[in-house]
Amino acid sequence: MKWFLAALRWAWRLAVAAVVLVLGRRGEGKLERELPASPRAEGAVAALLFGAGLAGVAFVLVYAFDGADTQLLGAAIALALGLIGAALILAAGRVLPQEQLEEERPSFAVPTAEEEHHHDEAAEETVRALHKGREGVTRRRLLGAAGATAGLGLGAAALTPLASLGPRVGKLLEESPWRDGTALVEENDLPVRAGDLEVGSFLTAFAEGADKRELAAAVVVVRVEESELELPPERRDWAPEGLLAFSKICTHAQCAVSLFRYPLFAERSPGPALVCPCHYSTFDVLSGGNRVFGPAVRPLPQLPLRIEAGRLVAAGDFSGPVGPSWGGVREGS
Amino acid sequence: MIRRAVRFLDQRAGAGSALGKALRYVFPDHWTFLFGEIALYSFVILVATGIYLTLFFEPSSSTIVYHGSYAPLQGQEMSKAYASALTLSFEVPAGLLIRQVHHWTALVFLAAIVLHLMRIFFTGAYRKPRDLNYYVGLTMLTLAVIEGYAGYSLLDDLLSGMGLAIGNAVALSIPVVGGQLGTLIWGGRFPGTDAFFSRLYIAHVFIFPVLIGSLMALHLAMVAIPRHTQFRGRRRRESNVIGTPLWPGYALRSLGLFFSVAAVLFALGGLVQINPIWQWGPYEPYLGTNGAQPDWYLGWLIGALRLMPHFDVVIGGYTLVPNPFWGGVLFPGLVFGFLYAWPAIERRLDRDYAPHNLLDRPRDNPRRTAIGAALFAWVATIFFAGAADRAFVQLGVPYEGQLWGYRAASVLVPTAAYLLTRRVCEHLREDGGHPGRGSGARVLARSRSGGFEELRPQGQSAADGEQG
Amino acid sequence: MRPRRILIGTLAAVLGAFAIAVFAQPPQARPQGGSSAGTVAVPTGLREAGRALFAEGCSSCHGFEGEGVPGQAPSLRGAGEAAADFYLRTGRMPLDQVGEEPLRATPRYSDSQIRALDAYVASLGPGPAIPVVEPGRGSVSDGMQMFNESCAGCHGTGGKGGVAIGAYAPPLGEATPTEVGEAIRVGPYVMPSFSEAQLDQRDLDSIARYVQLTQNPDDAGGFGIGHIGPVPEGLVAWFAAIAALLLVARLIGQRNEGDEPGGEEGGKA
Repeated sequence: MKWFLAALRWAWRLAVAAVVLVLGRRGEGKLERELPASPRAEGAVAALLFGAGLAGVAFVLVYAFDGADTQLLGAAIALALGLIGAALILAAGRVLPQEQLEEERPSFAVPTAEEEHHHDEAAEETVRALHKGREGVTRRRLLGAAGATAGLGLGAAALTPLASLGPRVGKLLEESPWRDGTALVEENDLPVRAGDLEVGSFLTAFAEGADKRELAAAVVVVRVEESELELPPERRDWAPEGLLAFSKICTHAQCAVSLFRYPLFAERSPGPALVCPCHYSTFDVLSGGNRVFGPAVRPLPQLPLRIEAGRLVAAGDFSGPVGPSWGGVREGS
Repeated sequence: MIRRAVRFLDQRAGAGSALGKALRYVFPDHWTFLFGEIALYSFVILVATGIYLTLFFEPSSSTIVYHGSYAPLQGQEMSKAYASALTLSFEVPAGLLIRQVHHWTALVFLAAIVLHLMRIFFTGAYRKPRDLNYYVGLTMLTLAVIEGYAGYSLLDDLLSGMGLAIGNAVALSIPVVGGQLGTLIWGGRFPGTDAFFSRLYIAHVFIFPVLIGSLMALHLAMVAIPRHTQFRGRRRRESNVIGTPLWPGYALRSLGLFFSVAAVLFALGGLVQINPIWQWGPYEPYLGTNGAQPDWYLGWLIGALRLMPHFDVVIGGYTLVPNPFWGGVLFPGLVFGFLYAWPAIERRLDRDYAPHNLLDRPRDNPRRTAIGAALFAWVATIFFAGAADRAFVQLGVPYEGQLWGYRAASVLVPTAAYLLTRRVCEHLREDGGHPGRGSGARVLARSRSGGFEELRPQGQSAADGEQG
Repeated sequence: MRPRRILIGTLAAVLGAFAIAVFAQPPQARPQGGSSAGTVAVPTGLREAGRALFAEGCSSCHGFEGEGVPGQAPSLRGAGEAAADFYLRTGRMPLDQVGEEPLRATPRYSDSQIRALDAYVASLGPGPAIPVVEPGRGSVSDGMQMFNESCAGCHGTGGKGGVAIGAYAPPLGEATPTEVGEAIRVGPYVMPSFSEAQLDQRDLDSIARYVQLTQNPDDAGGFGIGHIGPVPEGLVAWFAAIAALLLVARLIGQRNEGDEPGGEEGGKA
């Protein structure tokens, strides 16, 4: 404990000593008024302020004549502000009257009892004044209930227009532009050809005709050795020639799954995987997108593919809902 | 001249005497009381630079082809929001300076609020009658985090788009209402409709600043009504406040602080590059970059999202609570929930319902200090976990190993912080020393009768002065 | 005098030096025809020198004929000249230990030895040839777009590297245009590879040009603090800005309130 405190103490002292050395320590608190009357300090303050003025002018000149270089502008204006700051701090400590005042706090009722519900005359008076307002009212309960109803009704009415902000969620989060026969196109709308991809390569493709910003439109297409695939039996035909397509949107927090790791020497390295760079959820490619690392829970939805005249075409919709889970999304297989 | 101005106001608003009183308003003097002021002045700079930026920025997600002066982006399709931020950075003289000052100030604003919160927490300044004001402050911190995130997200560069994707996923993850909530805010499924950008913009430049500004005014008024807290000391009682009057000493000093804050931020804005959006490129939902990070005040949330083991609550094949909920909603909810609840918890524990105007030094209340240290250490550990990928690149520590290390640390570090802090506090209380001010040497004073008596260390005199 | 002008000057000088270096390369190591797959005719002497070097330095893991050793190292038949050149010039091979991740290091072989080894590996079977990359012919804007689509997921949009789960996606700060081209064609370690059908010669030039830009980015905003975004920015905000402002606060405010009764400094009373 002792060494710990000693280390803390020294670190603190060094930090403070630096400041104290540069600017000297201000006097201890004074309870009475004291006039520093220091012409030298006044001169220094004036010099700092003149300097600030010049730096301000320099800012204008840099803007007007030196193409408004960001670094010079910043340096000039920071210098002006800093000099004013220094002048004010110096003036406050060395030029102006130094004084300390004592002020009584406005007295809040100080409770003597332990409980919070002590007797408090000022509060009682307010309560009485409020109570006066309901003198002569006989059906207080009824009016209270009516008032509450009015408040609730109007409150509900006031909030209702907020529902216009967006559509009803319904099936919206499950929409997908992919149908049996939808062609895969690249970013420049050219069709993706099976021959474009060599084993160990990947590219981003989109549903032909769909808005590329639509969440379910983008897929990542990868090619692996067909013999290494370990797809579940019902997906046996989904990866012709070792070409697989997966939704590009992570099932955890919907960042783009834009890392593809394809080990050159599979014997000494885990198999091909797609990784999301936001929270590093990792999905195994060979088994059809199962999560192998990271916070994602659902597998990456796989898109069945087939090859038509050399072009890649979807053979149906994804194996599960695209995008992050939300209360109510059905678990993918 | 001065007399005429004062008379003018006095005759029209009867402000003469109130003004006179305000000039003699007393500020107790301690350097840690200035953290809040740094935040206040940062807010002033944020508003001023922000207004300038609105004159150039175009909050629209409709796309154009860029033909500005930054060659690597020429010919690329991008949103008008991103393009106008590029124009602001490259074509508008002083535009980049103001943009960078604005961003640096946002980082410093939140850092100053957090420091201020820590000061308030560890000195017990949140106790009655200031608990209400403490809640106002916590609310401002929450709003400021959202406000910062909105600003970061507005530019529609690669990093801000990825941040929005995660934000939307976190909104969707809220059980039962999440799907509809996300759809309402974004106007549809992510990345949302065009309306989303105008909503984000109006939230960033109007709704949140007005809320924060109003709460700030309330915050200051609620500081002034019961007057400031003060540390214990000679002649300092619960019922008085001793310090420098507003005029001239404090006003000048505080103004000096304002100019110093501005100087530091403009120096950074001019000399140190922040968020060079032109180096990231425009965002599309199908693009992602490795190493994307949020601004520091959201680092604790990305840390939590990454640390959380893969676990959903699934009932009958339907996901009820998706994974991002734990790190993105539950974790900050717990931290803020605890901070909001703490004054009431402490009141119950101590059965202490009295108002307090004299501050505790952290050591005076080892339990509170230790609990605070544990809480902040917990958040800090998870915050650092958010930068584990950078630690991997810079230092070569395997990411997967770090993840497990941080999971263990998020339990061990707060525990250790609690135990260590508690011991240090109790130790300090015993020997009366100060970690920065030397040992617990005993101080003798000559008494009136001529003999010597020992002046008792602060901790004990504090306990004596409780009723004062 | 003006930082940006200095920056641009430096950039121009670096690019110029680079261009000279590229054009001054001995032509015999760069057969025309670029990256088309296939064995390349090389002088037999060079290949024989390579075979000798291979037997001495590489065969213990990759086998005497480069056929690979199961469980230890992959076969080099079909790896091609580009792979050999990339691994050797960046010092990634030879490894100190079987199974460790190949990382950039000082090359173990001289330029002529590397050319000999390249020739030998090329002769083992048809594989990618060393691509001829000329950044000057590429478009930096196309390069940026392709980089963000195909490379940024691992290397980061600024080329500063990152985690690739189980592997290290290296920063590209030291990558030469040729190395960029080789890596794209070969797909070293866990990196995917890209065929000519996917990224053609001009695309290579453009990507290499963009990588050069990331090595000397346009820092219009001032000091670049590592070009990796918010992490260093947060550090600067706390350890430069907040630290400086705390010193100012310390200067303005007092540390203790001076006249405490039992306080350590009150003892002076």
